[in-house]
Amino acid sequence: MPTFVYMTRCDGCGHCVDICPSDIMHIDTTYRRAYNIEPSMCWECYSCVKACPQNAIDVRGYADFAPLGHSVRAVRDEEKGVIAWRIKFRNGKKDLNLLAPITTKPWGKHIPDLKKVPAPTQEQRNSQLLYNEPKYIRMDDGGLHTLESNGLEMKEGVYY
Amino acid sequence: MAYQTIVEDNIDILVAGAGLGGTGAAWEARYWGQNKKIVVAEKANIDRSGAVAQGLYAINCYMGTRFGENNPEDHVRYARIDLMGMVREDLLFDMARHVDSAVHQFEEWGMPIMRNLEKGSFLREGRWQIMIHGESYKPLVAEAAKKSADKVYNRVCITHLLMDEAKENRVAGAVGFNVRTGNFHVFKSKTVVCGAGGASNIFKPRSVGEGAGRVWYAPWSSGSAYALMINAGAKMTQMENRIVLARFKDGYGPVGAYFLHLKTYTQNAYGQEYESNWFPALQQLVGKEYLDPEVSHATHRPIPTCLRNHCIINEVNAGRGPIHMVTMHSFQDPHLEEIGWHNFLGMTVGQAVLWAATDVDPKNENPELTTSEPYVMGSHATGCGAWCSGPEDVSPPEYQWGYNRMMTVEGLFGAGDAVGGTPHAFSSGSFTEGRIAAKNACKYIDDGKAEGIRVSDATIAKLKEEVFKPMEHYKIYRNDIVAGTVNPNYHNPRQALDRLQKLMDEYCGGVTVNYMTNDKLLSIGLKKLKIMEEDLEKIAAADLHELLRAWEVKHRHRTSECVMQHTLFRKETRWPGYYYRGDAMKVDDENWHVLTVSRRDPKTGKYTMEKAPLYHLVGDIEDKALAALHAAEGKK
Repeated sequence: MPTFVYMTRCDGCGHCVDICPSDIMHIDTTYRRAYNIEPSMCWECYSCVKACPQNAIDVRGYADFAPLGHSVRAVRDEEKGVIAWRIKFRNGKKDLNLLAPITTKPWGKHIPDLKKVPAPTQEQRNSQLLYNEPKYIRMDDGGLHTLESNGLEMKEGVYY
Repeated sequence: MAYQTIVEDNIDILVAGAGLGGTGAAWEARYWGQNKKIVVAEKANIDRSGAVAQGLYAINCYMGTRFGENNPEDHVRYARIDLMGMVREDLLFDMARHVDSAVHQFEEWGMPIMRNLEKGSFLREGRWQIMIHGESYKPLVAEAAKKSADKVYNRVCITHLLMDEAKENRVAGAVGFNVRTGNFHVFKSKTVVCGAGGASNIFKPRSVGEGAGRVWYAPWSSGSAYALMINAGAKMTQMENRIVLARFKDGYGPVGAYFLHLKTYTQNAYGQEYESNWFPALQQLVGKEYLDPEVSHATHRPIPTCLRNHCIINEVNAGRGPIHMVTMHSFQDPHLEEIGWHNFLGMTVGQAVLWAATDVDPKNENPELTTSEPYVMGSHATGCGAWCSGPEDVSPPEYQWGYNRMMTVEGLFGAGDAVGGTPHAFSSGSFTEGRIAAKNACKYIDDGKAEGIRVSDATIAKLKEEVFKPMEHYKIYRNDIVAGTVNPNYHNPRQALDRLQKLMDEYCGGVTVNYMTNDKLLSIGLKKLKIMEEDLEKIAAADLHELLRAWEVKHRHRTSECVMQHTLFRKETRWPGYYYRGDAMKVDDENWHVLTVSRRDPKTGKYTMEKAPLYHLVGDIEDKALAALHAAEGKK
């Protein structure tokens, strides 16, 4: 679709400009509001739609294959940790409301600061282990999988 | 020039491009380098950049070792058969043995991963895939990267890697420009982890006009991972291995969950199963080693993705298209129907938009499938990328020359699309590769390998001039014409992109030629790419946004050239359904059971091609189900 911006809702805050991965949401210098400057480089990723505090941005399916008269809207709420979707068909026969969680924990609070965790030992540095391993990578208490532990070797040639 | 030069000096680890690979690198680097200076440069905004910007509904690479589900070598075997044997099994094994720890960390950070309530394990979509509510996957990993990095430069597009002037073939950082301010950024760094992306939009897309944005891989994936490394003189591997996707028509919505979880299947326009009709002839081309439907049926060994594409392509050419995904049965179950929709909203909203626009309710009709234009990348069912050193406890000598995930350029590391020969890494595997690269980059610095790096002011001045040349060129020549976009002195970035796409499509096996090419076509294509390179020196950018597009198309061009060279070199059709070499239609294991490796000499622009030996994991690797089948046959 590209995305488009409703004139009466946009207040020119620029959140969409800031977030667009494709750098195609820009502020129009005359109207002081955002618009999509390059629809053919729009992925319909909805990053700008989700970021817009005024719900001013919507999507109209790509002109070369999508008929008019449909709607897929999203409201993303970081505090509640959910995203709500509403899909409306062109023929009006389907109107779906879907809700999905976006996080299970308060935002950013459960990511450790690796500067403050105990520093790795020289032994760990010389090993193949990454941070927090071997936790989670084995069912038993063993260490990292190796060719030896798994009874494997690397051999040149064709083997099937 | 009015734009300032901003130098960030004494960086230890520069992450160039912060998608899943880059964020993994930035995050992990802090642990192994608690006092090191870690800087991220990202051409968009790290919160929504890279291929996972709009989210994911599945993590496609998870072993589940702690639940007793798979061992790393099982995944290696899967990726190997899917890619017709052509993978770096050392790197794959290494990624697979670490990937679970990344996924469990995501869950600890707050990612909603669905659980199998009976077993307590993660809910499986398929053998390797788990289901998540991943709308905020990218913001979540970005949070981790931001926590670890000293500085994140958003909207800085890296155009070149900097090379050390004290020691040959050693990296010294990178340069780029800020897409908003126009400032020229110089990052002097001891190591660089290349986390930039693969390439969409180098082959002409099926869609036209606005719909050109509805590519399968993100339109902002500009092949920068490859161009940056090729231009630095790094060796590349498997660049011929582009991928074609069988996806829902036009919207390119994902089919994985549909096949695996919703148990949908495909049929031709007349309601017939079609794949088995094409298998006998296909088996003649690829050999029984790669296509044995009976074995696949008995052992659940997958039929390679490219071969499935081959059947679709041939069935459509035989006049029995379109191919449909049969959804009507599964979608009668309201729970499965909801999953089907969530699947799109979580990662390809555009497909939901399209079905809403065309009133396609998969409960009442079976949607169309198609095969996409080709893409060049290294983390899905394809393994394009740089030739990397592997882990010392796994890799044979030809695959190992020092630090794990270091390229053939010293101090240059990579993750995700940048790493060659590691398909099926997907999001979690790319993040994991970033972690591995970061640890080893720290080690490289601690070992004193980055001492005495020197970059002269003259080099920086020269690069600055080169970076802004498209804008200068525009200023000089724009007034030759009254108005409009037709100018005899330059092309604008869109015009250049159109030219590249048409050229790649027609000469390198795009959709309009049914993925067919040959030695003659490729040779002509290479000549045309060379001429195009001359014209790219005259590309014009009216503003900073166009400057971004100008550099993206330059990167796509370099990537394309390398793809063309590799495609010409491998004289066989290794992946029918991805592309065909009309002059060598069969798999040729006698001559081409090898990995292809190239190097472009940065001084002369000449490519050197070589074959690298292919090592396989053997031993306990023998597929147990396959062994049982062979034993049963023996008894008969």
